Amino acid sequence: MSTSPGITLKGQHRIGDRVLFNANLHLPGGQWTCLLGRSGVGKSTILRLILGLETGGTFNGSFVATDGVKLAGRISYMAQSDLMLPWLSVLDNVCIGARLRGEVPDTAVARDLLRRVGLSNHADQKPATLSGGMRQRAALARTLFEDRAIVFLDEPFSALDAGTRADMQELAADVLKDRTVLLVTHDPAEAVRVSHQITVMSAQATQNWQVPKTAALREINAAETLACQAKLLEYLRGSAA
Amino acid sequence: MRFWDIVLALLIGLGLWQALVIITDAPHFILPSPWRVAQAAYKSRVIIVENAWVTAIEVVLGLLIGTLLGVATAIQLAMSKTAERLMLPILVFTQAVPVFALAPLLTLWFGYGMGSKIVMTVLIIYFPVTSAFHDGLARIDSGYRDLMVSMDAGKWNFMRHIQILNALPSLGTGLRLAAVYAPIGAVIGEWVGASKGLGYLMLLANGRAKIDLMFASLIVLACLTVVLHITVSVLANRLTRYAQGTSKP
Repeated sequence: MSTSPGITLKGQHRIGDRVLFNANLHLPGGQWTCLLGRSGVGKSTILRLILGLETGGTFNGSFVATDGVKLAGRISYMAQSDLMLPWLSVLDNVCIGARLRGEVPDTAVARDLLRRVGLSNHADQKPATLSGGMRQRAALARTLFEDRAIVFLDEPFSALDAGTRADMQELAADVLKDRTVLLVTHDPAEAVRVSHQITVMSAQATQNWQVPKTAALREINAAETLACQAKLLEYLRGSAA
Repeated sequence: MRFWDIVLALLIGLGLWQALVIITDAPHFILPSPWRVAQAAYKSRVIIVENAWVTAIEVVLGLLIGTLLGVATAIQLAMSKTAERLMLPILVFTQAVPVFALAPLLTLWFGYGMGSKIVMTVLIIYFPVTSAFHDGLARIDSGYRDLMVSMDAGKWNFMRHIQILNALPSLGTGLRLAAVYAPIGAVIGEWVGASKGLGYLMLLANGRAKIDLMFASLIVLACLTVVLHITVSVLANRLTRYAQGTSKP
């Protein structure tokens, strides 16, 4: 995979006459950026905007890759819902992107990805037979199958139990290493643990939050991790009040 | 529904019928007894089977053609916003015309043979199949559409690999309705003008005051409809289970 580019976004998004947000955001190449902020502030809208999905509003501004190449076709996406197709096997779900583009899927690559996410033995099963955590791992393998330098994650672990979520954070940090990742989350602990950069979003502006000096992925119980997430939580509660 | 429940329900129905015959003391050319109808059915078994066979072919062919046309229309409507905008009002408007009123016209255009009955059956099931399947195609989790955009999917590939399969339970619902409506279409066509079929046999029996034969034909038609409904329901359940990932196709 080539070196992952960064993304710079600057502008204002409106829904009708209402300003949803003013943003000035830079996602460093090859690093994880977590986007936090209260519900409805437009975190997912930023992600949808860059992906070219419907946002229900208009954006005045620009977003570009730092290498100057167009962003279309360079981003893979993982949502909160696993979006597994119930009638396909796990393996076929991983390959669905190739089929949707009319290509012949490389099942050997898909099987290798399933091995990496610990689902080798479940490749031929239907998603209905898997647990929530396993389905999210399959969705992660599907995201990886796209083999794109930039990955957008929209609260992908929020519906999982705490233990599975921590496991998924570690797995995602490992398999998405060196890619440019934008993670939208409501969880300060998750943000502090996995990110190289945290951006807190409000309607007025986006601001970067100081992360611990230790390398991501951080220990859950490290003093600086806990202190940072406590401060972040305090700030988020204050900004929501 | 268990087998013995069906047998019991049938016995109760026959008992009530026989009781009605005894209580009203109606002459056999008005209300024949179940036994008399059974005798007439046995005596005329060859003619009943011959005519039932014709009706069955009309119904099955009408069902197949109507389903294919309905599925193709629904896909076309779901693929093109322009087609949806232009064709949906026309489809709804055509439903305002009672299909039964078209039967004489269809006989005029397609003759007294099977053709007019098959067209009648197609017309009667086309809308329920189209409407149910189109609803299913349109009712898709927006997350799949987002995935389609992020994966640079072609519109037709998305339709083929996701939308159609996701809409199979809705198609099953449309097919269940179609299985009930299809025999109605064929029999109405036969009433208006035919030389074969259960509808024709019923009219013939009625004209000759052979009410027991008319009842026998009616019962065979009901059995035909039930068998068709059960067969289509089994297929519809399989489609639903396949779409839910709980069985093989």
